Formats: sequence, structure tokens, C-alpha cells
Amino acid sequence: MPVDYIPRIQEKYAQEGYPAYRWMVNSDPPPWQPLPQSLSRSRLGLVASGGIYVTGQVAFHYKDDTSWRAIPTDIKTTDLRTTHFAYDLTDARQDPNVVFPIDTLRGLVSEGVIGALAANAYTFMGGIYSARRVQEELAPQLLERLIAEDVDAVLFVPV
Amino acid sequence: MSSALDITRAVNPPRAAFLDYPLGHTTGKPHEPALQREILLQALEAFTSLTEPGSVKMLPFRWSEDQAWQATAQRGPDDRRPRYDTPQYQTDEDHRRAEAAGHRG
Repeated sequence: MPVDYIPRIQEKYAQEGYPAYRWMVNSDPPPWQPLPQSLSRSRLGLVASGGIYVTGQVAFHYKDDTSWRAIPTDIKTTDLRTTHFAYDLTDARQDPNVVFPIDTLRGLVSEGVIGALAANAYTFMGGIYSARRVQEELAPQLLERLIAEDVDAVLFVPV
Repeated sequence: MSSALDITRAVNPPRAAFLDYPLGHTTGKPHEPALQREILLQALEAFTSLTEPGSVKMLPFRWSEDQAWQATAQRGPDDRRPRYDTPQYQTDEDHRRAEAAGHRG
């Protein structure tokens, strides 16, 4: 049976002295857009929440960080770093592809499975207490960037 | 992609692919590029195979035979780090490079 993370996270927030967490549950049907053309002819965006940054960039912090980083998709994998308060970073620091599948995606582009990658991937921290701040501050900025990247589809990789 | 099924159901995105791995491994195991490729291929396939808004594709991979990690994730101690409000660099060298690039913090 998959792990039930919501009750676990509610317990942990309570221990940190936050008010009882009211989990955002979206019950409306999600918006729907079929892929306009096959993946092999599409430009794919990548957005990941595992606290990934490039050496030389300012790292994320651990308290409701709503900032984001743009990471060129031709980045050297050895320049990628990860920082996060909520998950075990051991494996991600050895191989960022477990939370930021950049080599995997570049391989699939070479194979012709994916048409192309957007020029930049976008990363953020996650673990932001306020869903409203994500909705009003972070999400619109990411959307604007993804539209500017002219993507046909986006792969989200949360942690 | 998701490795937290209940959270993804609450978010209710248009389409998702669920990989039942421990947090921190949303797209695979470290240094296993063939497995990472297979996971992503099957996940990306959801772009065309899912036709019902809100569907979740269950990916057929297991972390281990006994899935013992799940009991720890469900009931283990809270091993999260404190909520520092300053940048948390992976290495001191990263910190120096960021400052050299003109960033503060």
C-alpha cells in the first residue's frame, strides 16, 4: 500500500508549532489539454521541486522559500546541487537524475522520443506552508517563464 | 510524476504517473540510467495514453521486494532538518561561488 503522507505531514507541522494544516484538496475537474502533437515533435519543459540549484547560484532556504531558479538544460550534471529540509539528499547528491532527470531527458531527445527540451528547466523548494503563496507568487511566475520558453508540455517532478 | 499518491490525488493535476519509491527518488534509483530511462518512458507515455482528466498512471516498479521502506516512511521518526531561513548550500565552495557572483546570503 502506498504511504499516506498527508497525515504524516500534518503531525510534523503540529510538532513544529504551526496551526493545524488545512490541506488543499482540489475537487474541481482539472483543466484538460490533449498533447497538440506527438511527444517526438514537442518541446518539453521540466519543473522540479527538490531544491535543485547550480553551483554559483544562491541556494534555497528551508522556510517557505517561494523563489525559483532557471537551470539551462545543457548544464553539466556535475554542476547540479540539491538542498532540502524534508527528504534524504544522499542519493540526489550522488545522482541528481533521481529528482531532476536531466540526463534521462537529454538521452530521450537523442533517441528521438522527445522533440526537444526547453532552453531552461525551473526548480524551486517546495514545502511551502501557504498554498495561497504558491498560487499567487510562485505559480504565475513559473507559468510566465514556461510560456516564454514556448513549451508544448511540461513534466513536473515534485519530491 | 509523483511518489506521494495521496498528495497527488489532493492536488488533482490533469494527469500524473505514480512511482512507489521513497521520497527523494521521484524519477528513479541513483546511477541506474537504464531504469531511469524506462521509468521516464512509461511516465511520458501518460501524456497520450491518459484521456480522463485527473487520472493517475500507476507505474509498475518496486523499490524492493519487501517494500520495508514504507513502514519507516509511515511511522519512523521525524528526520527533517530545521526550517533555516538562510540559503542552505550543499558545499562551502557553492557558498563562495554564489558570493563571488555578486549574490548575498
